[in-house]
Amino acid sequence: MSTTTQQPTQTTQQAPSESEFSIRPGGLLIYLLIGMFFGIILVKSEVLSWFRIQEMFRFESFHMYGIIGSAIAVAAASIQIIKRFDVKTFGGEPISINPKVWGEGYRYWIGGILFGLGWALLGACPGPMFALIGAGYPIILVALFSALLGTWAYSYLRPKLPH
Amino acid sequence: MIEMLSQTWPWYVAGPLIGLLVPLLLLIGGKQFGISANLRHMCAATIPGQIEFLQYDWKKSGIWNLTFVAGVIIGGFLAATLLPHPEAVIGISEGAMAELRTLGITDFTGLLPAEIFNWSSLATLPGFLMIVGGGFLVGFGARYAGGCTSGHAISGLADMQFPSLVAVIGFFIGGLFVTYVLLPLLL
Repeated sequence: MSTTTQQPTQTTQQAPSESEFSIRPGGLLIYLLIGMFFGIILVKSEVLSWFRIQEMFRFESFHMYGIIGSAIAVAAASIQIIKRFDVKTFGGEPISINPKVWGEGYRYWIGGILFGLGWALLGACPGPMFALIGAGYPIILVALFSALLGTWAYSYLRPKLPH
Repeated sequence: MIEMLSQTWPWYVAGPLIGLLVPLLLLIGGKQFGISANLRHMCAATIPGQIEFLQYDWKKSGIWNLTFVAGVIIGGFLAATLLPHPEAVIGISEGAMAELRTLGITDFTGLLPAEIFNWSSLATLPGFLMIVGGGFLVGFGARYAGGCTSGHAISGLADMQFPSLVAVIGFFIGGLFVTYVLLPLLL
């Protein structure tokens, strides 16, 4: 008869609060590095190029569709694994992904179309705007400032807009 | 090695690497990949005024993401200086070039058409609409839609969120309208 009926003792010790993690300077370094990695990918895959965006909207190359499509596939598979196996963060916290709230749906149609107009006019969405500034296109600072104005204008008008 | 990395990275390398950012950010700190939220954080940090949408603890919810985009700027700089593309023209498809030539674009060097994206063209209608107007709509639309390409097209679709699908369809409606209707009028 086994004598090891004793349950492993639960560790009731409180782990150091992980919610503080994101605002500790040391904890921020990893986000800087991942951002740098993303910036390099944006430049070297040319996702940030006005020419590539035009090529995409003209259906003249698979390049952009391949990038967005394979990014979605890898992200989707990862999210499924995280959800199915209830994977925790490295700090041991549960992972929750906030679902988008549908509401009346207006925001997704109207906001989406307005964003698409801007995306094709400027040839850059927000991530590429930052990468372009770093890559030596200071004119995009004007676009970034304008995007901040746009964000501010939306924030101001928000109570009056259908969502 | 450097020579290989300086070439255009193929989609099947770049796409999966971008996709991996989603689980990486979730695993490191439970963060959701989305760039345009930073525009809101920047507004909240500078001129929140009395606007309810900008009254929140931007440091607590956004400092990680602002650090992330600081990294994107640095990464853009590093890639452009250490891994410059070997040719002046990045090499989009012939079909796309032919169509853009009919719009009057002749300079295909660099990442943006120099004819439009320069300081003096800001004073012209096409330059103003594309740089200032485009930027404004990107900022307004992304926040109205609750996300941009990263938040909706990648994070949202990967999580099979129906609202994100609608937003992405909207992105393309707007983009195709600009490409086939507005740009031929402007350029």
